[in-house]
Amino acid sequence: MGDERQLSREAAVTYRCVRRYEAGQPDTQQRGVQRNSGGRQATMGSMFRSEEVCLVQLFLQSGSAYNCVSELGELGLVEFRDLNPNVNAFQRKFVGEVRRCEELEKTFTFLEQEINRSLSPPLHGPLPPPCPTPLAPQPRELITIEEESERLARELKEVSRNRDSLRAQLTQLCQYRGVLTRTHSLTASQAPPPVLESQGLFDNRQDVHLSFVAGVVHPWKVPSFERLLWRACRGYIIVDFREMEDPLQHPGTGEMVQWTVFLISYWGDQIGQKVKKICDCFRTQTFAYPESTAEREEILQGLEGRIEDIKSVLSQTEAFLQQLLMRAVAVLPQWKVRVQKCKAVQMVLNLCSPSVTDKCLIAEAWCPVAKLPELQSALREGGRKSGSGVDSFYNRLPSSTPPPTLFPLNSFTAGFQNIVDAYGVASYREVNPAVYTIITFPFLFAV
Amino acid sequence: MAELGFVIAMSVVTLFWALIGGVVPLFIPKGPNRGVIVTMLVLTAICCYLFWLIAILAQLNPLFGPALSTNTIWYLRYHWP
Repeated sequence: MGDERQLSREAAVTYRCVRRYEAGQPDTQQRGVQRNSGGRQATMGSMFRSEEVCLVQLFLQSGSAYNCVSELGELGLVEFRDLNPNVNAFQRKFVGEVRRCEELEKTFTFLEQEINRSLSPPLHGPLPPPCPTPLAPQPRELITIEEESERLARELKEVSRNRDSLRAQLTQLCQYRGVLTRTHSLTASQAPPPVLESQGLFDNRQDVHLSFVAGVVHPWKVPSFERLLWRACRGYIIVDFREMEDPLQHPGTGEMVQWTVFLISYWGDQIGQKVKKICDCFRTQTFAYPESTAEREEILQGLEGRIEDIKSVLSQTEAFLQQLLMRAVAVLPQWKVRVQKCKAVQMVLNLCSPSVTDKCLIAEAWCPVAKLPELQSALREGGRKSGSGVDSFYNRLPSSTPPPTLFPLNSFTAGFQNIVDAYGVASYREVNPAVYTIITFPFLFAV
Repeated sequence: MAELGFVIAMSVVTLFWALIGGVVPLFIPKGPNRGVIVTMLVLTAICCYLFWLIAILAQLNPLFGPALSTNTIWYLRYHWP
């Protein structure tokens, strides 16, 4: 009892304040676009003229304000007016909540990126929206969503990173193995000539010992690599290029590249340094080349063992990653819709003005006259959901500015209404030309 | 009364569009879209009837006939039954 008397006193006080806000609202030519996250409803009322719309003042109890606005949003009934036009976005009352929702949305974008990058089989098109559409979450549920999404994002980041490093290692080992297997034929055939040449031509030289640099290079760089080597080390090296059989993954870009194995045999230290610098410059991957066959076999065996190990670990990591991604795909659409709704409700609450005694929020909205009973029942429903004793209620106000135009539309007439609106929106209760354009527009332009 | 062909065509088409524009709207069931559907029917009837009417009236009494070459005229006169 006492509460209600207090509320009505506030109503008298704020009614005087509200008249200040009525001046200068530029929504005379505005369509009845609902800022809430509900959809437009095709209702009774004709399309020939816009519906009768009145200004209502809503007194929302502080506890049940969120639920009331959420109910109104689900129905898509009203358009809220901004009661704090002089306050900038950072000074509004619920800015903290809005920021929370935006942080959550950032996490969701990260999750979506990961899904698009790593899910196999890849999704066809964007994630499907959840059905039935979930409601705006209560504060407790929002906290749960926050926790779960952070945990999921953290795990995904870690597992992703592990998998990428494992893949890079695997690529390197496979490249090394490819180098050893492909150059075996080269060294086998090259073994005799240096022995002969060292006896004949290089008697005076100190180091007749043949050194090797072996590695893999990106196939697009092979011509320029070869040319630079020849120009720099003119004739003191022998270079051989062989293609690898299977394409391996490029660690940076992730695309499959058929690497080219090269083997450079040179004499002398200085040449060796030049060759190494050139290899670094072309960002090739060089490996220690074994001199003898026994060493080579040993290294090859070790490599095979390591490759098998890494492959098994990689497959396990991939399986775990896919599990995480499937979990993300299952919950992400719901979360996205709920957080979007929460953010929309908070932004609408930002438009309301707190009353003098801070017990209720006052909102002003445009509502079609025919829907006033629904408005009342939505407010009652919101109050019931939040479990408060006192109902929120509304009060009809006279308005000095003309109300916004609202047309009841369905999916067929909405197209023609949009075409007519592109030329200009009809003012309140003006004859709506869109009805007639349904026939005359195709007649004039199509026949 | 002009020629019979013209009268028949005129009355049939007028009757057709009058039915569509005047009689069918009475049978549209009541619902939220009744106004829009009735408007669409009437407008269609008017637009299409007018389009047809103007076309036929414009061609009813031509100022001149088709421009034919002399050979064609001779052929038409002497070789066609």
